Amino acid sequence: MFTVILFVILLGLGYFIGSAVEKSHFASIAEREQTLSYLPVMTTGKKEQFDAPCNSQLVYGSVVVGQDYFKLFIFSLISLVGGRVTSYEKLIERARREALLRLKQSAADYGAEAVIHLRFETAVIMTNNRNGGGAFEVFAYGTALQTK
Amino acid sequence: MPNTKITVTNIETIPGKTIIENYGVVQGSSVRAKHIGRDLMAGLKNLVGGELVGYTELLNETRSEALKRMEDQAFHLGANAIVNVRFATSAISAGASEIFVYGTAVRVQ
Repeated sequence: MFTVILFVILLGLGYFIGSAVEKSHFASIAEREQTLSYLPVMTTGKKEQFDAPCNSQLVYGSVVVGQDYFKLFIFSLISLVGGRVTSYEKLIERARREALLRLKQSAADYGAEAVIHLRFETAVIMTNNRNGGGAFEVFAYGTALQTK
Repeated sequence: MPNTKITVTNIETIPGKTIIENYGVVQGSSVRAKHIGRDLMAGLKNLVGGELVGYTELLNETRSEALKRMEDQAFHLGANAIVNVRFATSAISAGASEIFVYGTAVRVQ
């Protein structure tokens, strides 16, 4: 009986607080993306030759996210039949956009005019366990260019 | 962020400068374990999901350490820049993760 009550409480906590946090996070991401939209970020530029004098620096941004109890539960249901796991897609989208924003913010602090050769990396740093653990890191890095 | 003595990029050149000497591969790695307080907090945070700030900080510290080691190595070789830098992250045990960073040390004008 107790375990059922605990399960329902955790599920509710995950659903209500989790989705509220997600909503406000998406709102804050959209707002910061707007303010940083002047800074172009490109995935190209690895072999480009730069003749004009400029400064460059490695910039990066990272974020570690974990899924909530509700998402974990939904995932365990979906994994029985397979198919799209929308809740996880949302979570990883949040992480990618946040990591990119942190990269752009540090490039903006450096005074960059562009970021080239952007690369993303994702690593699982905590595997799923019975208690609902599980977290992954999204890491974005690139070269910030500052023309003199 | 990296120290000012060495310019680090993840492209094949240092923009606006010419590479005059190549010193080969330099690397740096760092393994950090999460401490129990952070683990506990992250476990609680895991109930509602979202960003696990403690882990983000931990990985950033680890990454800075790995970058610093790579830069020190390049500095000792006499390089003043590192090009084509790449990162690799691996969870080597349940409680620890390794960050490995490598690149090519060069001297630019």
